[in-house]
Amino acid sequence: MPNKNRVAVIGVGETAFKTNVSEKTYVELAQDAAKAALDDAGLVPDDIDAIVFSMAPTQFMGVNDVEKWAVDSVWAAGKPFMRIHTGGATGGSALHAGYAHVASGMYRTVLVVGADRVSDTPDAQHILNLIWDLFYEHDFALNTVTMTALSTQRYMHQHGTTEEQYARVVVRSRKNALKNPHAHLKGNITIDDVMKSPRISWPYKLFDICPRSTGAAAVVLANQEMTKKHCSRPAFINGIGGLTSTVFMGDRVGPYADAELSAEAEFITAGKEACTQAGITNPMKQIQVVELYDPFSSTQFPQLESIGFCKPGEAQRLSDEGAFDHGAMLTVNPSGGTLCSNPIGVTGLVRVADAALQVMGKAGESQVPGVRNALATAIGGSVQFVSCTILGADHV
Amino acid sequence: MAKQETIKDEAVIYGEWHVRYKYSIGKVAGKFFDALKQKKILATHCGKCNLSFLPPRAYCERSFEPCDGWVEAGQEGVIEASTIVTAAFENLPTPPYAIAYVRLDGISTALINFIRELDLSDVSRAAERIKPGTRVRVKFKENPEGRITDFHYVLPAA
Repeated sequence: MPNKNRVAVIGVGETAFKTNVSEKTYVELAQDAAKAALDDAGLVPDDIDAIVFSMAPTQFMGVNDVEKWAVDSVWAAGKPFMRIHTGGATGGSALHAGYAHVASGMYRTVLVVGADRVSDTPDAQHILNLIWDLFYEHDFALNTVTMTALSTQRYMHQHGTTEEQYARVVVRSRKNALKNPHAHLKGNITIDDVMKSPRISWPYKLFDICPRSTGAAAVVLANQEMTKKHCSRPAFINGIGGLTSTVFMGDRVGPYADAELSAEAEFITAGKEACTQAGITNPMKQIQVVELYDPFSSTQFPQLESIGFCKPGEAQRLSDEGAFDHGAMLTVNPSGGTLCSNPIGVTGLVRVADAALQVMGKAGESQVPGVRNALATAIGGSVQFVSCTILGADHV
Repeated sequence: MAKQETIKDEAVIYGEWHVRYKYSIGKVAGKFFDALKQKKILATHCGKCNLSFLPPRAYCERSFEPCDGWVEAGQEGVIEASTIVTAAFENLPTPPYAIAYVRLDGISTALINFIRELDLSDVSRAAERIKPGTRVRVKFKENPEGRITDFHYVLPAA
């Protein structure tokens, strides 16, 4: 898909991510992010032509189809409005929908916004178990933790990865999050701390797993004319790639698989598409920052490999050597990533927002010097919906 | 939506959802569940791709042709992925338990189920015993009811 029409992120808004925010309702949180993004772009609600609402299952926050409640709060009344939902990939897909709206020439500006409150129910993993059909898979305790533990065990078997190598990812993420005022979990911890945290689902320990976060995020997308008028240093959306796979994880293992589960192989296609559009021929050399969707410590390695930053099985060694540390060969999740904050309905959007901030030079203490290109991902369903977005300081 | 109660101290309102459903099984799953009652696991087959699918499905999603036959799966197979759950999740089984995707002999895809009769007291050791590539066999319960829970997997020695 050629991206002839320039589309840029010209404003970003995020709330702090925490377990609970008792002083605000769901829609007030979404409003905070919308207001912050509009302020950042120097726009008022009247400048926005259409709204894309980013929200995954509403059972966590407990109001069915909550986007209707949010309409007024995000100043959508009287305008085109849609909700996008692809599970954990929701924020990435919502961004792609907003991008398509502007790239088509139909709208000058689109506000992509959402919020989540994953801790408002103690039954989150029960809700996530309900995403499997009652015929064949629901009875076997599948949820986001156990389903990715299955693919992780498979990856470890294929590549000889150790639990300590995953623990190192957690250590790096929590350390990076110290510089991100919005991050939920942060701190200087050790590999030993991760290894000693309670076992959940082999090989995961508690610290290998993201928190359940409350918070909101928004970005303002604009066409060339509005970008020129309102933003001196935008983040151009130069490439997008999205792919959907079968719901059945059992179809993605063994000799007849068309996309290997443990490799998150959907990213081979989605990454290639995004890179081709963005003129990226060598991701490791041309991209300085990635914001990967990584709710578990094991989610980074296969993505880095399938997108083409390194060869299959190589990411664990590079991680051990510090290649993915802040300011090193490739800065992976300078924000602390999903491992440190996971407001599911907007997590994919936060990845794009944080990547955009790096390109715009507005990432504060998290800022990596000299970022020309940044890549953001999202994953949803049964590791089934993937999205990949490349943002650049220059338009391709 | 059922009970709502305002607790002034915490400035929250409590709520619960109670919803009930009935799910139509359809012909394909119906045939699969009927066969389980005879302790047989039936898969659909696509002649064009020469692939056999579990769970069974009406269409081959690769050739976009209707599946044109049924084959009986072997009652042994190979583990493709497994995990051992040691934490309690709301409304899920009491831990510990092991689950695995197993590709049954003659079938192209893997089907998830519990691995039972496995000593889970040492998790790392148990995980090693059910790593990918390990052979397991199907064990049906004595009186199958036509549900996916009519059987589980066990190690050959069990």
